Parts: sequence; C-alpha cells; structure tokens
Amino acid sequence: MAEVVPMPKLGFDMKEGTLVRKLKQVGDAVAKGEIIAEIETDKATVELEAYVGGVVKGWVVDEGTPVPVGSPMLVIAEPNESVDIQALTGRAPGGANPSPAPAAAPAPAAPAATAAAAPTGQILASPVARKMARDAGLDLAQIGGTGPNGRVVKRDVEAFLQNAPPAAPAAAAPAPRPAPAVIPAAVTAEDEVVPLTKLRSIIARRMAESTQTVPAIYLTIEVDMAAAMALRKQVNALLPDERKASVNDLVVKAVGLALRQFPNLNASFGGDKLIRHGHVNVGVAVAVPSGLLTVVTKDTDVKPLAQLAAEVKPMVARAREGKVQPADIEGSTFTVSNLGMYDIEHFTAIISLPEAGILAVGAVKEVPVVREGQIVPGTRLKMTCAADHRVTDGAEVAQFLQSIKKALEEPLRLLV
Amino acid sequence: MAVLTIAKSIAQAIAEEMERDPSVVVLGEEVAAAGGTYGATSGLLDRFGEARVKDTPISEGIIVGAAVGAAMNGLRPVAEIMGINFAFLAMDMIVNHAAKVHSMFGGQFRCPLVVRTTSGGGRQLGATHSQTVEHLFAHFPGLKVVCPSTPADAKGLLKAAIRTDDPVMFVEQATMYSLRGEVPDDKDFLIPIGKSDVKRRGRHVTVVAYSNMVEISLKAATELAKDGIECEVIDLRSLRPLDLDPVFESFKQTNRAVVVEESWPTYGVGAEVATRLYEECFDYVDAPIQRVAQKEVPLPYAANLERAALPQVADVVRAVKAVL
Amino acid sequence: MDKAEMLELYRQMVLIRLFEEKCEELYQKGKIGGFMHLYIGQEATGVGAVAARQPQDSLITGYRDHGIALAAGMSARTAMAEMLGRVTGCAKGKGGSMHLADINLKFWGGHAIVGAQIALAAGLAWADQFRQTAGCTLCFFGDGATNISYFHEALNLAAVWKLPVVFICENNKYGMWTPVEKVSAVTEIRRKASAYAIPSDSADGMDLLDVRAKTAAALAHCRAGNGPYFLEVHTYRYRGHSMGDQRPYRTQEEIRKWQAEDPIGKFEKVLLDSGIAPAEIDRVDDEVKAIMADAVQFAEASPVPDDSEIWTDIYVEN
Repeated sequence: MAEVVPMPKLGFDMKEGTLVRKLKQVGDAVAKGEIIAEIETDKATVELEAYVGGVVKGWVVDEGTPVPVGSPMLVIAEPNESVDIQALTGRAPGGANPSPAPAAAPAPAAPAATAAAAPTGQILASPVARKMARDAGLDLAQIGGTGPNGRVVKRDVEAFLQNAPPAAPAAAAPAPRPAPAVIPAAVTAEDEVVPLTKLRSIIARRMAESTQTVPAIYLTIEVDMAAAMALRKQVNALLPDERKASVNDLVVKAVGLALRQFPNLNASFGGDKLIRHGHVNVGVAVAVPSGLLTVVTKDTDVKPLAQLAAEVKPMVARAREGKVQPADIEGSTFTVSNLGMYDIEHFTAIISLPEAGILAVGAVKEVPVVREGQIVPGTRLKMTCAADHRVTDGAEVAQFLQSIKKALEEPLRLLV
Repeated sequence: MAVLTIAKSIAQAIAEEMERDPSVVVLGEEVAAAGGTYGATSGLLDRFGEARVKDTPISEGIIVGAAVGAAMNGLRPVAEIMGINFAFLAMDMIVNHAAKVHSMFGGQFRCPLVVRTTSGGGRQLGATHSQTVEHLFAHFPGLKVVCPSTPADAKGLLKAAIRTDDPVMFVEQATMYSLRGEVPDDKDFLIPIGKSDVKRRGRHVTVVAYSNMVEISLKAATELAKDGIECEVIDLRSLRPLDLDPVFESFKQTNRAVVVEESWPTYGVGAEVATRLYEECFDYVDAPIQRVAQKEVPLPYAANLERAALPQVADVVRAVKAVL
Repeated sequence: MDKAEMLELYRQMVLIRLFEEKCEELYQKGKIGGFMHLYIGQEATGVGAVAARQPQDSLITGYRDHGIALAAGMSARTAMAEMLGRVTGCAKGKGGSMHLADINLKFWGGHAIVGAQIALAAGLAWADQFRQTAGCTLCFFGDGATNISYFHEALNLAAVWKLPVVFICENNKYGMWTPVEKVSAVTEIRRKASAYAIPSDSADGMDLLDVRAKTAAALAHCRAGNGPYFLEVHTYRYRGHSMGDQRPYRTQEEIRKWQAEDPIGKFEKVLLDSGIAPAEIDRVDDEVKAIMADAVQFAEASPVPDDSEIWTDIYVEN
C-alpha cells in the first residue's frame, strides 16, 4: 500500500522544514525505522525514520527545499506496486538531484502555465485555494491549475508556494527572515575561514533574533542545596544507575512544578495574544560538538523524578552522538541551561523563541554562610532566569524563582 | 464481549432494559409469540410475559398512538413498526404527536417512546416495501432519529434510546440483521445519541455515511487504499440530533467529501451534510462535494434493476476519485 | 346530589359559557389568534361527564377543549392566559386555544388532529391498566371523528386489550359544516361501537344529570375490568365550527329549537325545583362574572413569553 511521507511536524511551533539530504534514492529498499532523510528545522537537523517499509517510489521535493509541514516529500510502496506519484501527491515526481527521476509518464492533467479562465473571465479556483492564495498574498492568475477545467486547487497553491522563485514579482512570498547583521572582518593569511555548520547557522540566526526582538529581564536567586544534595544521595542509593537523578534533574523537576503554578512563564508571545501552553515540557540545553541542542522532557510537572532522570540521560547521549530523534527535541515550553559542571558560578542565557523564559543554572558550591551570627559551611546554587518582558513582569518572575527555590530547599516536594 | 448479530444485539438491549426498568414494554405486529419478523424481539414473551410483550392488530396508527398515550402516562414503550414503509400509516402519530406533546403543552408531558422499524431496499420487495426514508422523520424537531451500523452500536444506541425521555425513531436496516460483531456485555453499555463516530481514519477524502452505507463505504475505502487513497469514514449514527463536528474537523484536513446515503438524493441527508459543509467550511472546500445515492426511481423488483438503482461500493469508489 | 354539588355543577356550566363569550369578544378584538372552536351549547356534556369521574381518571379531548379544561378544574386565569399567548398560560403560551392541558388535573389535552385523541386515550388507558392504578380514561370526540382510522383502530385495540376507556362521542350533528347523515353511513353513532363488541348507551346532552348518570355507569363498567364502553351524547353547538364560520348550512329554526333546550336554563330549573333560592343562583352568576373579570385582567397583565422560549421544551434531554 503506497504511503505518502510528508514533512513531519517536529515541534508544536514548526511550520516548515528543509529537506537537507535524501539518504534513500528512488528504487532503494527501506526498512521500517531506517533513516531516509535529514531534515533541518529551526532548532536542529534531525534524521527522519521511515514509519513504513517498502521501496522508495519517488521523491517530489529537492534537497535544500523548504517544505511546509504535512506536504508530501516522497512515496514508499510495495516493491511491485505501481504507483501514480502525481495522483498521490498532487505533484510530479521531481527530485532533479541527485539522481534524475525516472521518466515519468506525463501527468493526465499537466499543470497549465497559468490558471484557466472561465468564459466569464473569472479565474477558476477552489475556495480553499482562494483562501490560501489570499493569505499568502498570491495572484491566482499566476498559479497553474490542475483541477477540473484547470481549476486552481489546494495542491497547486502548495506547489507554487514551494517552488516559486524568491524574486517572483507578483508572489509576495513570506518576508524573509532578517539575516543576522554581519560586520565583515578582514581576513588575513593566518586566519582560518570555517564554513558554518547547519546547526551553527541556525544558532546564529535564532540567538540574534531573540536578542533583537525580546525585551528580556534577568533575575538571580540563591538556593540552599544542602537538603537537596542529601536527599539525592539517599534516593540514588536506591536506584539503578540509569534512573539516578542528577542535580540538573532536580532543578528541571522543580522548574516543571513552578511552571504549572506560573502559566505566564510557560507561554509564548503571540503579537496580540498570549499563548499559555497546556503541557509543561522543560527543555534541557545540551552542548554538542557542533553547537547546542535542547532535549525536551514531556509533562515535566507530573512525571516522577526517577522517570525524568531515566528519560533525560539517553536523550542527552543521543544528542552528543548526533543521533537525536525528532521526539527528543520537540515541544519545549521552557529551557534550563546548566553550566555547573564547568564550575561556572552564575551566568545569563538567551531565551529560545518562542519560549518566554530560560533558567541559567550555575554550580553547587560549598561556601561560607552566616547563620545566627556565625560563619558556617553552606551549600549554595545560583540561578538566573531570563524572561520575556512582553509576557511577564519582574515580580512574577521573582515569585516563580521563589517557587523553584522552595521546592529545592524542601526537596520532598520533588518526590510527591 | 460476545459476537452477536444485530438482531441478537437488539433483543439483548431490549431484554436488559426490561430487566432494569419495569415500565419498559414492547408492542407491535408479531413481536410477542413470533419473536419479531427479524427475530429482534425473540425470547422476550417467555421472559417477561404477556402484559409487557404485546402483539397488536395490523394497525400502525394505533400501535404508535397507544404507545404515545402510554408513554405520556408513565410507561416506556418500545413499539415495532414492521417496515418503515408502513410507518407512513403512523406518520401523523409520530410527527404530530410523539414529536410535539412535550413542547406544545409547555413541557408538561414527556414521551419516552422508541419506535423501532426497518428501512432499506435490496431484497427484491418492490417499490412500496423497499424505501429508505428515515430522513423524512429526521426533518422534525422533537424527534430523535437513530440509525446504527454495527451490532455494538445497535445495542448501545438502543439502550440509550429506551432510557431517554424523548421520542426516538430507531431505524434498523433490513439487510443488516445478520451482520455480526463484538458486543459489550456491560448492562450499562450506552452510546450517547447524537454523536457521530469515525469508523476509519484517513487524510485524503472524508466519506460520510450511516446505517448500511457505512459498510459499503468501508469496503470502498479498503479498495481505494490499494491505490494509496485514504478515506476517513464517518458514521453519523443519528440523523437528529445531527453531529457534524467530526465531519467538519475531518473536512478541514481533507478538503474533500463524499456523502453516501441509500435513499434518493433530492432533499436528502447528502444534501443536508453538503450544505452544512459549504456553510461551515467554505474556505476549506477544494472540490465540489459528491453525493452517492439511490437513482431517482421507485425501486424495481428485478434483481439487476434493483442493484442498478441502489448505491454500490463501485459508486463510492468512483465518487471518491471524482473529488480527488 | 346535595345542594352544594348542584350549585357547583351549575357554576361550572356558567363559567364555561361566560368564558367562551369573553373569548369570542377578545377574538374579535384581535387579542386571541389562530383557530378557536366554541363549546357553547355543549356545556352539560363536559360538566356532566367530568362530574362522574374519580380523581384517578384521565380526560382527553379534541380541539373544542375549553369546556373540558374548565370542567376538569383549570382556573379561568390559566386558561385565559393561554388563549392570549401569555407565559402564565397552562402551556406557557405554546399551545393556544386548541391545546389546553394540565397534567396535574389528569387532563391530557386538547388535540387538534381529528381523532388522534382516541388513539392516545387507548394508550393512557393501557398505562393505567398496566400500572393497576384503577384509573379510567374519558375520551371526548365529535361525530366527525368517528369516520377516521384512529377511531376504528383505537376501538378495536381497546376491545381486544380490554382497556378501561369510556369513548364519549359528542354528537353535535355537524362535522365542520357538513351534517352527519351526509358523511356517515351509520347516523346512530353508537352502532359503530357494536362492530367492536363494545357495549354502548346514549345520553341527552342538554341534560347534565343524564350525562352524569350515564357516564358514571360507563365508568363502573370499565373499572370492573370489563373493557371499554361507548357513550353517544346528543348535543348541539350554538356557534359555528370555528370563529368566522358564517355559513348558511343550518337554519335559524334549528338553532332556536336546540336553544330552547339550553342545558344551563334546563339545569337552573332543576335547581329551583329542588328548592334552591333564586338569590343563591344569582349569587353564583355574580361570582362567575367576577372570576371572569379577574381572569381577563390577569391574562392581559401577564407577560408574553420571552423570545428565547422558542428553544425550550423541545427535548427533555438535549
């Protein structure tokens, strides 16, 4: 049974992705679960697994093409099955690179060069095609219709949006993202010029976008970690290695609980509205060789600590090995960045849009503290929250931090 | 869960409700001693006795008339009209009385009545015994009209119909009584009236059907899937209240729809569903909505003529391809 | 019968008469809409028959229903408010003249589809039989309704199932504008009951005491478990079939002949003969006039239903 594989949705905010590399060509056998392509999203480059087995019958998008979520990319079918790619995907088998597509039979309704006009001079288009064109600022007359009587239908607008040359005069394509401002540096013979990796260029773009658009506020709080460290020791003694909790797991759990209490921090700024996310999914920033990835814990507020720990470990490992799975990086609603292992006492982090905040966590340190007029040894952790001031205010962020502090200082809260 | 035919699941639903509620009574032609012309009331007389399971004269007007009066005065009758073609003889009682005694008297009276009947063609019974006309009853506010497509739905919906305080036309399909399926044993297994049900998921075309047309649509969907075309098949289950939310939701993904009904298309269920789609989802329409229905003729006797007039799997396949 | 009861039955007949005369006036003033069928002339049938019932007995009739409603005990206020389409009416203004009802009085309504109430009566009686309430149903209908299928199907079923129902045919000699003999093969309507082996009797509809006695006997028959009974009551409607009926299908002489037998006048004589003082009768008349003045005032002062009421009472469970 032929299966049209669409551009997957890899996060709640993902609208489109770019087909970076086809790992299977037309005619290749594919097993269920095998990697068939690399997809680049706003957040990362991920490997796409086949969810059915069979043979690749055709690709309908080229490498390097941005594809809206849900739009067809390729067709997988039984080896002997004859498949009409055009009928299934509404698109001619394409994929000019790297291997030319097998000579496809001419599609029965070849796209007309321009939309057919009814005898009245009206352009025939289905209501949904009209709406899509209107929303994208397209002139229907420029879109070839493949429906009955040359009617412009949904697939035609989709194809046009994907293939339209950026300079097409009438096609007011969505405004290009502002490129990070670059102040050119002089390059001398001793200098090395390293092309940006995909991940690096994504990070560059997104970090610049965040600092340029988000009016962020920064608040720091100090937490007494003595009880949390003691509890962690006790709990871990009872758990197998794969379920042992790290300090960061404790922080992530505390953040998850606090987010449920402060929905404005578990939100996104939507221009004229605020989107408060129903799920609390705390992302964990992970340093990887080519940059930075965020792996995501799901329903962090309700998930038991040991389970959280057991889930984070393999995700972090996959991220470091470059084998991240789509599910690992999708759906984050708030991020925790921890540089404690590098003995960093305290730092600030940049908000990862469209999230409303990020918590930068330093190292747990033994420090002298004053208690009842005496200097005694204490265990302290500093954390700094950066928050989007369009979404929340200082006092609310302060209370949010207090809530995290309370959970960590009375750590039984993390277990119940 | 037991595997039962629709006829058996109906008999089980009635028996369970009679057991649960002593005010539930059964009346109709041949329902008691003979156990129903389709066996759907089989065994009830022995179990519940003559006072609660009553054969009637062949008098459709008084079958429903007495049932409405009794319903107003404290009973919960399940009246059987042997065929929906004969329900025309009780049409006044159903639409002028059952549907109206609650509202017309300002809510004083209730009419917890179920009229069970059998609809549909395909058995070479000629023009007057083969009509599919449940949608006529669904025209009337005040009535509920339920049309199950599986044994489990038949049981859950009939039990809900018997328990509701409103009058329900419960329309079974003559060619479906022997259809088998798993039926929950739970004595409180209820399916709420007025909820459509997605019987198959798919993302290319939304196929809307009810009663035996669900089976035909599912067969068409299986066939189409061989060509990579995935149909979402939605079973309306009740024609009034009509729950189109799942249809709208599906259509917003597929942008294409086919409505399958056994009756004639003019003024029919397909007309209603298509209009509501155009009203509610205009900006999602990518192709004209297709109707698959009976040819606009009184149904003939000869088997080949009857087949040619009734909607077949191939008609659904053709209609789905036409909207793609 | 004691004096108080006789005065009460007299009061009911006068109330029906004055209520309907007031309705006639309000209809002509445009305050009452729709179809309206007056009972004037037939008061002794309704009051006499209903007087024979016990509290557990049910009543049901057709669209000429004001008389049965008031005899059943509906207040003139509630009935008049319904006539004017007010929220204080017995059906919250949703029924109108043809659809008066009160479940608490076991008055199951005026039903405007000719003969439908005969079928419904069989069901009401079946429920009472099944539930062993000892209740019987008094079902009123006109001579015109005896030619419709419901009549025959209901009488047959009632006989076969031995249902406790008294079928009371108010033979007022015309179905709409057509005399009985032009449309009914059998003009002595009670003979139709014999086709279903239902015992029958006839009563003088201008004589309250006769109607009352015959109905009591019929109810006793039913209550003893003997099945249905049929009572043909000979009566006459002074007014047309409905408001606006000016058709010359009957002679003034015929109308005058029946009016000479007026049931209220006749019963007033019975009261006087039994020693009730004229002043007591006058006092009842005055009392009814006051009730009617109050009823009209109440109805006119009552609010019409809110527009949002169109969505209520369609289903018990939405």
